[in-house]
Amino acid sequence: MSVLIYAESNEGKFKKTTLELASYAKKVAESLGTTVTAVTVNTEDVSELGKYGVDKILKVSNNQLDKFNAKAYADVIKQAAEKEGAKVVAVTSTTNSLYAAPIVAVNLNAGYASNVVALPVSTSPFQVKRNAFSNKAFDVTEITSDVKVLALAKNSFGVVEASGAAATEDFAPALNDSDFAVKVENVEKVTGKVTIADAEIVVSGGRGLKGPENWGMIEELADVLGAATACSKPVSDLDWRPHSEHVGQTGKPVASNLYIAVGISGAIQHIAGINASKVKVVINNDPEAPFFKVADYGVVGDAFEVVPKLIEKLKAFKANN
Amino acid sequence: MKILVCISHVPDTTSKINFVNDDTAFDTNGVQFVINPNDEFGLTRAIWFKEKQGANVTVVNVGGPDTEPTIRKALAIGADEAIRVNATPTDGFQVAKELAEVVKNGGYDLVICGKESLDYNGGMVPGMLASLLNYNFVNSCIGIEVEGNEATLIREIDGGKETLKSALPLVVGGQKGIVEEKDLRIPNMRGIMSARTKALNVMEATGNDTKTKVVKFERPAPKSAVKLVSPDNLDELVNLLHNEAKVI
Repeated sequence: MSVLIYAESNEGKFKKTTLELASYAKKVAESLGTTVTAVTVNTEDVSELGKYGVDKILKVSNNQLDKFNAKAYADVIKQAAEKEGAKVVAVTSTTNSLYAAPIVAVNLNAGYASNVVALPVSTSPFQVKRNAFSNKAFDVTEITSDVKVLALAKNSFGVVEASGAAATEDFAPALNDSDFAVKVENVEKVTGKVTIADAEIVVSGGRGLKGPENWGMIEELADVLGAATACSKPVSDLDWRPHSEHVGQTGKPVASNLYIAVGISGAIQHIAGINASKVKVVINNDPEAPFFKVADYGVVGDAFEVVPKLIEKLKAFKANN
Repeated sequence: MKILVCISHVPDTTSKINFVNDDTAFDTNGVQFVINPNDEFGLTRAIWFKEKQGANVTVVNVGGPDTEPTIRKALAIGADEAIRVNATPTDGFQVAKELAEVVKNGGYDLVICGKESLDYNGGMVPGMLASLLNYNFVNSCIGIEVEGNEATLIREIDGGKETLKSALPLVVGGQKGIVEEKDLRIPNMRGIMSARTKALNVMEATGNDTKTKVVKFERPAPKSAVKLVSPDNLDELVNLLHNEAKVI
């Protein structure tokens, strides 16, 4: 009756969110008096998982699964859960895991809670705290089914190292043609760039930057910090920046450690999308900008003066640290 | 092509989020309800199918009588008919199960949902619905074209996008990109008038098969005030981010 996690990897490496999920699952397993099993797909070196609390790894190697396919992956996770007799199945909040999770839940006749932000409030009855109302509130959801499926919100628990090594076992779930009925024709992925989904730090620009030609300093600030770049909705609507950079309620969600907003006034729809970030810094020349109400640190000043100065200060800091 | 668009009735983003009954229920007092934005993008795409390829568009909502103004708005935007499944939605699985009954009875070729609602942010109904029906499913959809019995879809992935092909019937979890914000339609007077006479059929729920329930709501802890740093003292900002916030 172990806790089963789907340990997502990217180009053969586990993402930080996967290690966070393993750490979380370890604590859940302890409170249930059981162990953690991870299922991996086409990941050569899985040893790292043992350091974050995983006791056993079901290693799936199947070239039909080279491209992510939600139904097939959900089938793999379901079969792993059944093999282990798992009562709790947990995934990360990546786009792919969130695509597969509801399918897993139906296949296991399980209730599902997404956006989970903390360890269970109680394990009997099984209750978890989750983000709701676009990060404006939490709810405590009770899962009443025998098997429970959870998706852990990014950056909500942290990565906790444990001692130990995981036992690895090859696992070959039976897949059928209907698992691959949706065909992936083409994948376009940006390489060599920090994505908003994975970034620890996000630097975001708004209409206060006056035009796309002024984005050089945003990119430089992001470079210095190893951050992803993002933008507000008006900026993407004006085509100053690609739509894929739009963060906010109808854009991409951000749950980074640090979010730096430059020239963004802080419309409620924008805040809803980025509020899960831990620390928020606002640079804006309008002291009345609503963003200052939700920010941790603020600089009231002209972005065109503040940002270049901040880049210099950060470069000096990075050189010494 | 018969299209079903599933819509949620959610508080407008600018609503104050408050709770009543000892924090066990959402306070609807003074709250303006709207079509869930992710669903409205999908509805607009469905109207395009209707206009360009001659589709028939039905909207469906699982909810009480109070959701009917939201359903009428979808009719005013251009849907042909509507269904309300008379039930209080409390759990994604319960809603997906009711919707599955509607799909089975209606024989729809394409079912468009929003990938997530703005109230409970569950993001589960489209995937559960597809699984219950054993239909193909594409989530986070930012583009769809249908030719004959085959759909070509674009899905947003972390750090990029991918192109997929699927036969119909198909369930889609849509978001901004399936149409853009500027493509959304504000109902005109003719639309509003015709919406009054379009069919809004009420169906009774087939059951109440829930697997989760919300037992309590919590509001986030009040935030401390912003620490302002002078633009002439940015060393202090770097210092705070490093030593106090520990994020750099």
